Amino acid sequence: MNAFANQLPIGLSIGAVLLLIALGLTFTFGQMGVINMAHGEFIMAGAYTAYMLQDWAGRQAVLVALPVAFVVAGLMGLVLERALIRRFYGRPLDTLLLTWGVSLVLQQAARDMFGAPNVQVRAPSWLVGGAEWFGVRIPHARMFIFVLAMVCVAGIWFYLARTKQGRRMQAVMQNRDLAACSGIATSRVDQRTFFIGSGLAGIAGVALTLIGPVGPALGTYYIVDAFLVVVAGGLGRLQGAVIAAFVLGLVNSYAEFWSDASLAKVVVFAVIIGFLQLRPQGLFVLRSRKLT
Amino acid sequence: MNTPGLLGRRLKSGRWRGPAGFLAVALLVLAVAPATLSPFRLELLAKYLCFAIAALGIGLAWGKGGMLTLGQGVFFGLGGYAMAMHLKLAEAGPGELPDFMVWSGVEELPLLWEPFRQPWFAVLMVVVLPGTVAALLGLLVFGRRVRGAYFAILTQALAAAFVIWLVGEQGLTGGTNGLTNFSSFFGLDLASDADRRVLYFAVAAVLGLMYLGFRHLVASRYGRLLVAVRDGEDRVRFLGYDPAVVKTVAFTLSAISAGIAGALFVPVVGIISPALLGVVPSLELVFAVAVGGRYVLAGAVLGAVLLNYAKTTFSENFADGWLYLQGALFIAVMAYAPKGVVGLVGQIRDFAATRRLGRQPAGDSSRPTRGPGDDEPARPAEAVDVEKEAVA
Repeated sequence: MNAFANQLPIGLSIGAVLLLIALGLTFTFGQMGVINMAHGEFIMAGAYTAYMLQDWAGRQAVLVALPVAFVVAGLMGLVLERALIRRFYGRPLDTLLLTWGVSLVLQQAARDMFGAPNVQVRAPSWLVGGAEWFGVRIPHARMFIFVLAMVCVAGIWFYLARTKQGRRMQAVMQNRDLAACSGIATSRVDQRTFFIGSGLAGIAGVALTLIGPVGPALGTYYIVDAFLVVVAGGLGRLQGAVIAAFVLGLVNSYAEFWSDASLAKVVVFAVIIGFLQLRPQGLFVLRSRKLT
Repeated sequence: MNTPGLLGRRLKSGRWRGPAGFLAVALLVLAVAPATLSPFRLELLAKYLCFAIAALGIGLAWGKGGMLTLGQGVFFGLGGYAMAMHLKLAEAGPGELPDFMVWSGVEELPLLWEPFRQPWFAVLMVVVLPGTVAALLGLLVFGRRVRGAYFAILTQALAAAFVIWLVGEQGLTGGTNGLTNFSSFFGLDLASDADRRVLYFAVAAVLGLMYLGFRHLVASRYGRLLVAVRDGEDRVRFLGYDPAVVKTVAFTLSAISAGIAGALFVPVVGIISPALLGVVPSLELVFAVAVGGRYVLAGAVLGAVLLNYAKTTFSENFADGWLYLQGALFIAVMAYAPKGVVGLVGQIRDFAATRRLGRQPAGDSSRPTRGPGDDEPARPAEAVDVEKEAVA
C-alpha cells in the first residue's frame, strides 16, 4: 500500500513537468500549426541556465534561474521563429523535420559548450528532504515542481482570459484570418506565443534539475511524451493539457509500478491509441467549422 | 525534317528516361560496384541499400501518401529481430539456447522464440509482423481520422516505446546489446567474402524488385487514389472512397518494406540492436528521403544511399562535425529544396526560366512548366512559397 501511494507524488511531479513542456507545444501547435521538435532543447537550455547560475547564485541557483531561464529559452524560441519557422506556416510536417534539424545542432552545441557528461545542479537546502503525510513520503523537490506548474498554469490562464494580449492570442488560435481582418497583428501575436511557450520549456528545464542530472540529451527524454499530452489533450486547450499531462504522468508511474519499466511506455501508447478511438481530437476540442 | 520519328518522339517526351536510368543504375550497382569496390566498401554499400529499401517505404507513405511515418525503425526492427532470432536459434542447434540467454540466466527458451526455429516461419514473420502492426495501427488511427501531425507524433511515440521495451526485456531480446554474432545465413557463410558478395547481390535484387513493384503500384489506379488522398483527403471521401483504407494499405506496405530491409540488414551488418531503431534512426531515414526527394520513389533510394555514405565518410573523419552538418543540411533542404536533390534540377530550370522571362510571377500560365503531375503535390501552396523565397 505504501509503495503504491508513494508512486503518487512521482506521477504528479512527472505530470507537472510534462504540463510545463506541453503548454508551450499546445499553443504553438494549436495557433501556428508548428510542431517544434527543438522545444526539447529549450528545456535543456533552461536546465543549463540553472547550472551556469550556480557559480553566481550558489545553492539558490534554481530560484534565480526560473525567470532567467524563461527569458533565455523564450529568446531562443523567438529567434527560431523569426529566422526559420515563419517561412513554414501551413506546413506542419515540414516544421517537424526542420526543427529536428535545429535540435540536432543545439544538442551538439551543448555538447561542445558544456561537455558530453551529465552535470548536477545542487538543490537549495530547503528543497532537500521531504515530508510525510499519512504515511506517504513527499519529497520537497517534487512538491515544489507541482506548485511551480500550478503557478504557471494560473499565470497562463490569467494571461489568456484576462489580458488583451491573451485574448488576441485566443482569437488567432480560433480563426487566424478573421483575427487578421479584425485588425490583430497576427505575426506579432505569433512571436509572443512562441516566446511564452519556449520560456515555459525553460522553466520546465529548471524544474528538471531538481529530479535528475542535466545532459545535452535532456530534452529528448520528454519531448515525445509532451507531444502525446498535446495529442490527448486537444490542441491549444489549457484544460486539456492539464488533465492529459497529469493522467499521462500517473499512468506512466503506475504502469512502471505494476508491470515493469520497459512495458510502461507501451502501456501508455496503447492507452492513447485507445483514447483516440473515443475522442480522436483530444479531450477538449476547439470548435470550428473546419472539416475534421 | 521537323517531324521526329518514333524514337525522337520518345526522346522528346522523356519517356525513355525512366527505364534507361533504371538500367544505368542497375548496371552500376550490379556490375561496376562489385568489380571496383573492396569487400569492405561493398559491404557498406549493401548496408546503404538495406536502408534504401526502408526509405522506399517512406517514399510511398510520405511522398505519395502524405503520411509522415516517424516509426520506420519499429518495422525495421520487427523484421530484423524476426530474422535475427531465427539465425540465433539455427546457430545454437536443436534444443539449445542462444548464447546471450545463457549469459543472462534464462534457462528455458521463451515460448515466443520457439516457432522461429523454422526458417519458413521466420521469413513469414519478417513480412507479417510489421505488416500486422502497421495495418492495425493504421486502421485504428486513420479510421478515426487522426492524421497529419498527430499521426507523425503517434508513430514517433511508438518508436520510443518499442525501443524502451526492447532494452528492458534483456532475456527475451538481448537488451541494449541486441542480437549479434551470426555465422551463417541460409547456407551462406558470413565469414567468407565470396558469400558476402552473393548477399550483396541478393540485397540489390530485392531493392530493385521492390522499387519496380512500388513504381507499378504508384502508376496504378490505387496509386492515383493515394496521391489524391494526400492532396485532398476530404474530396476523395466525398467521391465515395474510404481514405482510411487507402492510407492503411500504403502504410502497411511501407512497414513491410522496412521489415524486409531489417531482415536483410541483419546478415549484412551482423547486428540488430535498439540503438538502430529508435526515434533518431527513424527520423534519419525520413531525413534521407527528404534529401533525396520525397515526391519521387527514386529520390528515396538516392537519398538513403547518399546520406548514409556521407555519414560514414564524415563520421570517419570528424565525428562531432557530422551532427552540425546534418542539422544544417536538413534545415537547408527543408527551407530551400523541399523536393530534394531530385527536384533541384527542375527547380534550377524553373529559376532560369523565370530569369529569362524577366521575372514573371510564379504560376503564370505562359511559363513553360510542367503541370502538376504525380511527382508534386497538386496543391502547391506549400512548395511555391519556398520557391518564391529562393527566387526573390
